[in-house]
Amino acid sequence: MTPWTPDQPLVSIRNVHKSYGDIEVLKGISLDVMKGQVICIIGPSGSGKSTLIRCINALNDIQSGSILVEGQEVHDPKLDKLALRRKVGMVFQQYNLFPHKTALQNVMMAPIKVLKENRAEVEARARDLLKKVRLEGKENHYPGELSGGQQQRVAIARSLAMRPDVMLFDEVTAALDPETVKEVLVTIKDLAADGMTCILVTHEMGFAREVSDHVYFTDKGVIVEHGAPADFFGNAQDPRTRAFLDQVL
Amino acid sequence: MARNSLIRTADVKGALPVLLPFAPRGPAFDALFLVRWLGGIPAWLIALAALAVPVMALAQSGIGAESPFDKLLRWMPFLISKGFMFNILISFLAMALGTLVGALTGLALISRLAPLRWLAQAYVSFFRNAPWLVLLFIILLAFPFQITLFGHTVPLPGWVKTVIGLAFPLSANIAEVVRGAVQSVPTAQWEASESLGFSRRQTIWQIILPQCVKRMLPPWMNWYAILTMSTPLCSLLGVDEIISLTRQAMEAEGNRPELLMPFYSFALLLFLAYCYPIARFTLWLERRVAVKN
Repeated sequence: MTPWTPDQPLVSIRNVHKSYGDIEVLKGISLDVMKGQVICIIGPSGSGKSTLIRCINALNDIQSGSILVEGQEVHDPKLDKLALRRKVGMVFQQYNLFPHKTALQNVMMAPIKVLKENRAEVEARARDLLKKVRLEGKENHYPGELSGGQQQRVAIARSLAMRPDVMLFDEVTAALDPETVKEVLVTIKDLAADGMTCILVTHEMGFAREVSDHVYFTDKGVIVEHGAPADFFGNAQDPRTRAFLDQVL
Repeated sequence: MARNSLIRTADVKGALPVLLPFAPRGPAFDALFLVRWLGGIPAWLIALAALAVPVMALAQSGIGAESPFDKLLRWMPFLISKGFMFNILISFLAMALGTLVGALTGLALISRLAPLRWLAQAYVSFFRNAPWLVLLFIILLAFPFQITLFGHTVPLPGWVKTVIGLAFPLSANIAEVVRGAVQSVPTAQWEASESLGFSRRQTIWQIILPQCVKRMLPPWMNWYAILTMSTPLCSLLGVDEIISLTRQAMEAEGNRPELLMPFYSFALLLFLAYCYPIARFTLWLERRVAVKN
């Protein structure tokens, strides 16, 4: 196999099928994400968006098809999962911070324990990251003492501390109060502006339109339609896409 | 009461039907059953029970002769220092051994290696359900009175065997406490940890178990109280703990029937006095854990 070069897609998904028992949730999904791109996956609940994103870092397995991250097959049984997870960061809907660690410790833990990096360097980087997600002064707070939006930004910083090449966001604002949604979206927008490759599953249509390079609409396990946000939101062709957009916009 | 108010809300015009939470009939299994019962007793009742011992002894005293209470008073220092302290020692050692073995068994219960898991499950279900006294007798008879290790002969006195015998059923119950605590941590924690590149071993030791310790502490202390209250079983194996010594003391005093109640009540009171603060502390801890979560 030829080594991956940056002119190839960073994430390449080809004809992916995934079932839970008899229920097929992904019925042949294909999409490409180039380095530095921000893509949004939207669609009604139960359309397989979250399943798809979880397959990209091998939290879910797939039945057939191929997912390449920097040219490496994610669902190869011989895959070095640590190598994959260094490249792919993930942020969850429910933040999932470690409740027994402070914000700073949450961010520092993986680089020190998993990457065996130098503690002092990691701490400096972690403080920078917390500053970047606008949480200066919250370093020594425990997750239970932070608001949902603040916790989610710690989770983003925690993921960034591993210096991933691509970030996956799985409905990261769905559990937040409306007034804290914005602070998390601003953080993601900053990231995108810095050139981070991002794959987002989201219900925030306005945000998808503003921040993404490409929008994918999934329904019942297939990609129904995709395009640049201006075309997609202004000129959707498929009746299912239109029905969905009519409902949410 | 609750039913009445329910009917009333349903009568309100335009009220929508709601799904009521499912309430299982009868008391649910409670990991803190002993501690909750013991800790629920008001302190003044314990004090009253403590007063009952001398009162009972005085009431049964004859005229002129030394009262049973005086006799008990004379034996008290001996019974506490030589008897009850030995019960505490046995409980400490059995708890230490049982916790060590139980923690390892608990980890085996959540192992991904199926044979190891099955083995642990068999161990746990056998020792959780076997009668403690039968286990103690088996250990007493199955183990030799001395063992030879690397040319050294180590005596294995009865009390060491009882420590081992108590540690077996205890470890099975501690294993269940560990398993329950680990499974009470949301799977999302495992996923978050996995997506950051932690191995399964790292996830267990650095992410999951530290969150479990606080949850495990109250049931663990509940088992300590149960264990301590079970140490008199050792008297049946000829170990000189409080009940054996109480019996010997009464024999030395001529085995008079009026000694039975004060002497045994005193032993009971010692266990209550020792376990009661533990129970109260455990309940306090449990409330604190509940508030924090």
